[in-house]
Amino acid sequence: MTSDPCQLQLAPNGQLRHFLTTEGLSRALLEEILHTASSFLGPKGQLINKVPLLRGKNVVNLFFENSTRTRSTFELAATRLSADILNLDIQRSATSKGETLMDTLWNLEAMHADMFVVRHADSGAAHFIAEQVTPNVAIINAGDGRHAHPTQAMLDMLTIQRHKGQIEGQVVAIVGDILHSRVARSQIHALKTLGAAEVRVVGPATLLPKDIEALGAKAYYDFSLALRDCDVVIMLRLQKERMQNALLPSESEFFKLYGLTAEKLALAKPDAIVMHPGPINRGVEIESAVADGSQSVILNQVGYGIAVRMAVMAMAMSGQQTNQAGPEAP
Amino acid sequence: MKYLHIRNAHLIDPANNLDTLSDVYIAAGKLMAIGQKPAEGTIERTIEASEQWLVPGFIDLSTYLNEPGYTQKGNIARDTQAAAEAGFTHICAQPHTRPIADSSAVIQLILDKSSVAGFARVLPLGALTQGLAGEQLSNMVGLRNAGCVALSNARFPIKDSYVLRRLMEYAATYNIRLFITPNDPALACDGVMHEGPTSTRLGLAGIPETAETVALAQTLLLAEQTGARIHISQISCARSIEMLSDARSRGLNVTADVSLANLCFTDQTANGYNSRFHVEPPLRSEADRQALLAAVNRGELAICSNHRPHEIAAKKAPFAASEPGMSLYRHFLPLLLQLIDHDELDRNAAIRALTDLPAQALGMERGLSETQLFNATLINPEATPDHDNQDDLSSPSTDGQPGVATATFVDGFQVISTH
Repeated sequence: MTSDPCQLQLAPNGQLRHFLTTEGLSRALLEEILHTASSFLGPKGQLINKVPLLRGKNVVNLFFENSTRTRSTFELAATRLSADILNLDIQRSATSKGETLMDTLWNLEAMHADMFVVRHADSGAAHFIAEQVTPNVAIINAGDGRHAHPTQAMLDMLTIQRHKGQIEGQVVAIVGDILHSRVARSQIHALKTLGAAEVRVVGPATLLPKDIEALGAKAYYDFSLALRDCDVVIMLRLQKERMQNALLPSESEFFKLYGLTAEKLALAKPDAIVMHPGPINRGVEIESAVADGSQSVILNQVGYGIAVRMAVMAMAMSGQQTNQAGPEAP
Repeated sequence: MKYLHIRNAHLIDPANNLDTLSDVYIAAGKLMAIGQKPAEGTIERTIEASEQWLVPGFIDLSTYLNEPGYTQKGNIARDTQAAAEAGFTHICAQPHTRPIADSSAVIQLILDKSSVAGFARVLPLGALTQGLAGEQLSNMVGLRNAGCVALSNARFPIKDSYVLRRLMEYAATYNIRLFITPNDPALACDGVMHEGPTSTRLGLAGIPETAETVALAQTLLLAEQTGARIHISQISCARSIEMLSDARSRGLNVTADVSLANLCFTDQTANGYNSRFHVEPPLRSEADRQALLAAVNRGELAICSNHRPHEIAAKKAPFAASEPGMSLYRHFLPLLLQLIDHDELDRNAAIRALTDLPAQALGMERGLSETQLFNATLINPEATPDHDNQDDLSSPSTDGQPGVATATFVDGFQVISTH
């Protein structure tokens, strides 16, 4: 519970051995992830056939929070890397019976897994697990609380790269519930490192976390202003419970102010692309005409997600192997 | 008459304006003379105290003793010993025990256990409301008669301002002291650390400064209206200091303290999700820390330990899932001396904040006195504590930092002797 997350995820030789957050990783390393992911994609963006990079390795999907979509993409990615995969939906049941996260981990260690893909409702959970497990198990963060969702952010980077040619110099707006969004935090770090010209976060004060500008993003309350000269518009999913927690009056008012319509999108650059980590609330954060329109790349994101997860899993596993062979970390 | 002779000590007693090298003579549990040995009697034993500070016993305005009910975390014997080893002769124990300290039976049990242990004296804080539920007044007079020095609701919320008003009025009727920890639970919400850039980066829910200041404003206004004798426990924000001096300038007799952790650390310690630094009140910004240090240096704030030990399982969890609190006694003097060494705290102001100011808050005798039993501590600021390596996850690390209480005297008895 003491080590720097940015250092914890690197082997002594600088290779990735866990993937916990996009924060603090070098531009070269993020570019290597994108490059590796691209190598799993054919010329038209389709996934190539199975590769044997993780043959004989046991990957455990450790989901303390339910997510069929993310879990399935990790499962597909592991299968395409020829790994053996075990899905465990632990959710709240085990821990509500008084079993601590440590107890669960000790039980799972006995399974001799090589990699845990972890999703957990507590920020820092993947980091905690990476510190506690035996040293040769790789941890991939599939979302921890409000903190990070680094594979989602990297698939978004890959999407921008493939549709805009590069990330360098792009003006990107991230719109909606930034406060609760682990995706937004991971995107901001990745975009800044990869040289985006400007990262704008857009929403009412209730949904923008305090001091968000310390992360290098610029805060906007006015969506129209934020869209000006934008190359990329990323819409975030709005959870229903935000209305109950006095953060927003209603979905309709939110849509009026921050919903992406064709009319609003016209304020951005003509070749701007529209992204969304999904699942979409049509008519809440985005209107159908935009979600299904020509500037939307939402469906492409899903395919890229598998390639990025394959890349990260392959790189972390290789980092673990060099880590075991190489000198001990100080 | 036979004397205990403490030779060549650096006597620092802010209440009596003492800051001098001197010999001290103790007999029959009382301070008999400073300087020259009284003509009558002989010296039975001499403690060589050159280069050491002799100070009035430290008084801790907040500690969590965990007994009865949570003995996996700590117990009265162990923690009163740790307190005495940190130089404390008197410690105010929070009423969070199980059963909760809202009955004279529990208070009696705590007093009995601490008296059997024979280290620091426990001054129980009784529960301010029944079951600490914040709704019904506890038997305030009964609790005082059972030995409570004041009443506190720890950090448990008071239901609303109506209940707060009534309990202040009732306490004022009988001149009962109240320890109030300002915290608005609705504003603190599900927060686990200071709301600021670090909480945003880590994705941890933040506790805004206003969770403290809004509750403090309410407390100060109601105290002014009801005439209750209040002490504000564990403030963490710069703004609270301004509000307190404002209230004082309006004539309100209010004392306050800050926990040592808030003087030493900031919210940045949460980086890496280090659950050791998951504490209540939260560690705040560097500007807050500097303002709190300045207030201690001006003599406006007492320092408490807010010692709150935990078992390993309670801390070995992701930050938000870990239990708040830090085990402080074993690290208290090294941390305090570090602040003094780095010129962040003035030495005499720090000693005042641990002796004279808490004594004022509790209405106790201030400083060393020839009429009272001898409560004092001899501190060696150069010696390094001999910690074993079974450090727990609720402690900060002070490896190699000096600061040892070589002798602690409680009511005339030497309870700690470190050579």
